[in-house]
Amino acid sequence: MPEPRLALRGVTKSFGDTAVLHGIDLSVGLGEMVCLIGASGSGKSTLLRCMNGLEPVDNGEVRLDGVDIAEPGFDLGPIRQRIGIVFQSFNLFPHMTAFDNVCLAPRRVLRTDETALRTGVQALFERFGLGGHMGKYPDQLSGGQQQRVAVIRALAMRPQTMLFDEITSALDPELVGEVLDVLRSLRDDGMTMVLATHEMGFARELADRICFMDKGVIAEEGPPETIFTAPGNARTKQFLASILR
Amino acid sequence: MTTRRAAYEARQRRRANLLAGGSTAVVLALLLLLVPRAPGWQAVRASFFNGEVFARTFPDLLSAFLVNIAIFAWSVPFIAALGLAIALARGARAPVLFPLRVFGAIYVDLFRGIPVVLLVYLVGFGIPGLGLPRPWNSPYIWGTVALVLTYSAYVAEVLRSGIESIHASQRNAAICLGLSERDTMRYVILPQAIRRVVPANMNMLVALQKDVALLSFIGPVEILRQAGIFKSLLANFTPYVVAAVIFLCVTVPATRYADYLMNRDRNART
Repeated sequence: MPEPRLALRGVTKSFGDTAVLHGIDLSVGLGEMVCLIGASGSGKSTLLRCMNGLEPVDNGEVRLDGVDIAEPGFDLGPIRQRIGIVFQSFNLFPHMTAFDNVCLAPRRVLRTDETALRTGVQALFERFGLGGHMGKYPDQLSGGQQQRVAVIRALAMRPQTMLFDEITSALDPELVGEVLDVLRSLRDDGMTMVLATHEMGFARELADRICFMDKGVIAEEGPPETIFTAPGNARTKQFLASILR
Repeated sequence: MTTRRAAYEARQRRRANLLAGGSTAVVLALLLLLVPRAPGWQAVRASFFNGEVFARTFPDLLSAFLVNIAIFAWSVPFIAALGLAIALARGARAPVLFPLRVFGAIYVDLFRGIPVVLLVYLVGFGIPGLGLPRPWNSPYIWGTVALVLTYSAYVAEVLRSGIESIHASQRNAAICLGLSERDTMRYVILPQAIRRVVPANMNMLVALQKDVALLSFIGPVEILRQAGIFKSLLANFTPYVVAAVIFLCVTVPATRYADYLMNRDRNART
């Protein structure tokens, strides 16, 4: 069996006295798309942030391509180039154009040749339908456009794994579709992805596996069909009933 | 077509304007009537508002003001650079840089805690007193140093508050892209922080422009000193009024501009 791209074992995390993750085991294979669902406060975001080391874990292992990045003192700098993350609140840099937002990290970290960078970044903007918006500042773009720029910004670092933290939750309903299309297209590329999401229809359509999180544990996991049609866990049933009314 | 609401508001506006105009006229009339009735008014008018002295001293005071502007102009880059350095030193987190942090904190406490005029005296007289050779004993140099010390401490605090006002999510986004701490500060945090504190720093500049006059106490013949010379020469205080008018011509537009920037900033954020 090949080494999974991402493997978590016994991950725990507390903020002060509040335990947020109680021993998470999860493995994500190459090219797999895993969706984390669950109520707000169930630990989805924290789990994602532990996967790229943004939040240091208290105990347990986070293996990225076989290397434990959760080891205290591990240098996360080089890891961050291989694992991209997109946030709910976009977090674009407001003082830079969309184009410069995307180019900053490749320029400073990868030291990409400027001509190659421009061509590559332009191609990304065009691929996601933003060819005409490269020179605009974030506040001149709609929420959906900003979130697509944020995805492009992460992709420009050529990550092998992508994390998405409820990236459509801050959007007006009519803008959600254009962002989900971006995810669909990445899925077609075979990108390894982990998403925290409330878009159940989308998760059901595209995910390889659904993890239902409740109170800091993965209460149930399985293929979408099983989870959505015949959940085995009472809390999963309850959650899905409340959200799919 | 005028709506009922618009007509009502127009009536209200007319009423408010009438009241404001009326009350202003009353206050002005009282001032014009009462002030000249004060027993010392004739003397005050002769020694502070003498038109002849005003006309005669204005050109020289204006050229003395160029000295103020020069001192101001060469102080600003030093203040900006030192203020930024101190702000960054105070934010340094690496254990090796701990002494730098302590130095930054002491620097700010010290130079914000001493009245500018006192520092001008201490530095301006004290350091040349060490027996420095010309031109290194110039009061222009040491007066400038005193201003730079004080104002860079203030600017450092303003910048630090700006840096701390940038939301942590910006830093997280930069770190997650693989940017180093240093690049994150330089390309993501600082540009936003500096923009955010432009209005506060504009107010600093206005205050600095006025405090340049304190250098008159240690020698440079700038506008306040020049006015003092004229006062002794002509036995008349009008030159001080001239100096005040010249200052106002610079500081009023500058403060208004700072207010404008601050309002624009506030409106942009809501």
